[in-house]
Amino acid sequence: MPAVGQDKLRKEGPKKLTGAALYVDDIPVKGAWHGVTVRSTVPHARIKDIRFLKGFPWKQAVVVTAADIPGINCVRLIEDDQPLLADAITRHVHEPVALIAHPDRSAAYESLKFVEIEYEALPAALTIEESLRKKAILRGSDNVFKQFRIKKGDAAKAMKKAWKTVDTVFRVPHQEQAYIEPQGMVSWFEKDGTLVLLGSLQCPYYIVKAMQPIFGLPEEKIRVVQAVTGGGFGGKEEYPNMIAGHAALLARKAKRPIKMIYDRHEDMAVTTKRHPAVVRHRAGIDRKGKLVALDIDVVMDAGAYLTLSPVVLSRGVLHASGPYTCADVDIRARCVATNTPPNGAYRGFGAPQTLFAAELQWENLSEASKIDSLTLRERNLVKIGSELSTGQILKESVGLKKCLEVVVKRSAYAKRRKEHALWNKKKTAPTWRGIGLAAVHHGSGFTGNGEVFLKSRASLSLTKRGRFRIEAAASEIGQGSMSTLSQIVADALGVPYEWIDLEVNDTRRVPDSGPTVASRTCMVVGGLLHAAARDLKAAILAKTKKFPKTETELQAAAKALAAKGPLRFTRRFEKNTDIEFDDKTYRGDAYGSYGYAALAVDLEVDRTTYEVSVKKVWTAQDIGKAINPKIVEGQIMGGTLQALGWALLEKPVYKNGAMINNQLTNYIIPTAMDAPAMDVVLVEEPYSRGPFGAKGVGEMPMDIPAPAVCAAIRQATGLLFPEIPVTPESIAEALRRKK
Amino acid sequence: MIRFTVNAKTRTFSGPPFKRLIDVLREDFGLTGTKEGCSEGECGACSVLIDGKPVNSCLIPVCQINGAKIETVESLGVPEKLHPLQDSFLREGGTQCGICTPGMLMSAVAYLRAGGDASPEAIREQLAGNLCRCTGYQQIVDSVARALGTKPKTGSKAK
Repeated sequence: MPAVGQDKLRKEGPKKLTGAALYVDDIPVKGAWHGVTVRSTVPHARIKDIRFLKGFPWKQAVVVTAADIPGINCVRLIEDDQPLLADAITRHVHEPVALIAHPDRSAAYESLKFVEIEYEALPAALTIEESLRKKAILRGSDNVFKQFRIKKGDAAKAMKKAWKTVDTVFRVPHQEQAYIEPQGMVSWFEKDGTLVLLGSLQCPYYIVKAMQPIFGLPEEKIRVVQAVTGGGFGGKEEYPNMIAGHAALLARKAKRPIKMIYDRHEDMAVTTKRHPAVVRHRAGIDRKGKLVALDIDVVMDAGAYLTLSPVVLSRGVLHASGPYTCADVDIRARCVATNTPPNGAYRGFGAPQTLFAAELQWENLSEASKIDSLTLRERNLVKIGSELSTGQILKESVGLKKCLEVVVKRSAYAKRRKEHALWNKKKTAPTWRGIGLAAVHHGSGFTGNGEVFLKSRASLSLTKRGRFRIEAAASEIGQGSMSTLSQIVADALGVPYEWIDLEVNDTRRVPDSGPTVASRTCMVVGGLLHAAARDLKAAILAKTKKFPKTETELQAAAKALAAKGPLRFTRRFEKNTDIEFDDKTYRGDAYGSYGYAALAVDLEVDRTTYEVSVKKVWTAQDIGKAINPKIVEGQIMGGTLQALGWALLEKPVYKNGAMINNQLTNYIIPTAMDAPAMDVVLVEEPYSRGPFGAKGVGEMPMDIPAPAVCAAIRQATGLLFPEIPVTPESIAEALRRKK
Repeated sequence: MIRFTVNAKTRTFSGPPFKRLIDVLREDFGLTGTKEGCSEGECGACSVLIDGKPVNSCLIPVCQINGAKIETVESLGVPEKLHPLQDSFLREGGTQCGICTPGMLMSAVAYLRAGGDASPEAIREQLAGNLCRCTGYQQIVDSVARALGTKPKTGSKAK
């Protein structure tokens, strides 16, 4: 019986369910000291002096400052602009300035009270607006880290000719990933000088690359191992480079293992968040409701250093026109520097920001044209043969229309809309009701030529003991990659799922299959393993006339085939010759394939308290092929709830350039009682290059709920909120202003 | 000296009386199944049972539990032989990253023993003190319903 398409049980499930799975803080490390971080308290300043005051027994501790860095003081990512420890200048509150290790964890924290930093304040730009006004200059002459432009046709001319036009400024805030396991890393040096890092992370090979300039070590002297990881959502993509560098610096100086585990407050205050964005979105339609012009200006707040912002911006700009065709498009996008902690990867990676504007704008176009927003969408949806803003022609696997049809039908959208309109007219009703829709696309895998440059590799082995073993740096972070990849391999080999094992995610043992990001693990790494499995199967068949049918037969075959070590096949990503993208002009095939989704939200707004209760969500998502439907549904529902939180509850409050509600007590993420019932339908329009037709799934659910929520609130209250989160306070304020 | 039982085993503790129960369990007894997510009683990852009631062990000084009966996730099942509730979580997708899972299970096991109602609303209320960022909760609710002998209605609807 095939494994693909079945709800196979999670490979690592039993250990997680019994407390036997070891997360970084659970791993006993003999002789480890605890590392803590001295951080800047000001947004922009010259550091004049760092003083270690009397009153703490400093002889018991080890202290590290920038002067202790043997190599280059940087957190290497796209650029080297971010220091591992601030030296002469600090560019944001909470920037690491020094590190302290002590045998006792509470003493290590206590020591922080005995460090004093003397500053000479510099002007600070704390918001996008202040950055654009050049209140402080952090980058180049204009604070712009990166800009992109996508231009197709003549948007200005088309806008003039349009029947109806709208012009709206949309704003979305930071969002905290809020993985329930805070970040943590353990580090030590082996006797042969090898640097070891063991921690909660998504991208082990990022850390290998980041450690090289700091310590001047060659790649083979750096070993990174993923501990069981308690959620990531992008938050553990690049930030672990920073903690790894810190733990390793302390380990080098203390000459013993160092454990650095952030507590929740530190984690929320200092780690990367979703980029806030301001999107000015102008759109024009003709009399038939056809989208004829789009003029979009996107600005994202990168924070003080570059980190991954250009790539986040790139995905944002490539999704800015939504899953619709439009002949004349002009999109300009910038990410700018501010004196705030750097923003970074978070599920969706730029797309939720621009799709919020693209989708919600249909409500304004509907208002202007008196054509309902569903009809407008239907008239403009992409289908096979459609052209996107980059000129990409969609050749296959476009399930958007089907997704929208399913959602409209299952949610009884038209009927509910009518019923709600009647309900809202009742003067005595305790609530207002609304239902709203959205539709999105999400590019699977790296943008543009990312996969070509990455050249990721994955291996499949037959071991001497007669087990198949997946060797890849794909990190299981809860998304179910272990099971998904095993199911792909099992069916490619034609063996039971239970015969497949996964090698520990340790850079000593697994090749660089690329980072665990961008909805790429199933599609890209799964694709490589699918190919490697075919190679391995052919090799086994070449030696044994009949492919082993039982474990005993396999063990017998393995004794001969893997006598001198595992029989291993490795596949490397190869460029698809008919997929072309020009990184300079942003023309061409931005992604090999896209997932598509539609979603409806039904909600009520209390007329007295303005509390919004989401009653139900219906969604249909075209993900090519659900390798494991249960896992895919879990991804969709989990992503949907994170996005509902972003739309309604999660409000990061910044003061003087730092998040001040950096705790789960007042940064509110949804509980089981905030979560609505969800109706999920999986649409499977296979992608010819994905394993068994699979495309990406992880991020798309994050893109779609926020605009649907705002559309529903509009029906309920008559108010269109171009800014999230829509809290009871924001509704009260808007109603007060309307009166 | 403080005396209590953990997972039916008698334990004594003679360290600082205000040491948090979570630290005593993890550091002194090596029971790392109990997780720390927020250190202030918001996330529920550190939930254990004290005399059968779910509590956040990050908020309990060990001196408060003299004579009490403590149960942690380690008391339920082992990977080779799961407790029926753990088996339901495995089958219904109730665990993803797994960090909230031990606390979620302890809240759920207390509910099961109390003969909890299998309606989704009642289950959601019982689990409202345990945050999960991965699942969107529905598959957790389904897991608990399954353990209560109710077949969850949800399931994949591939088109």
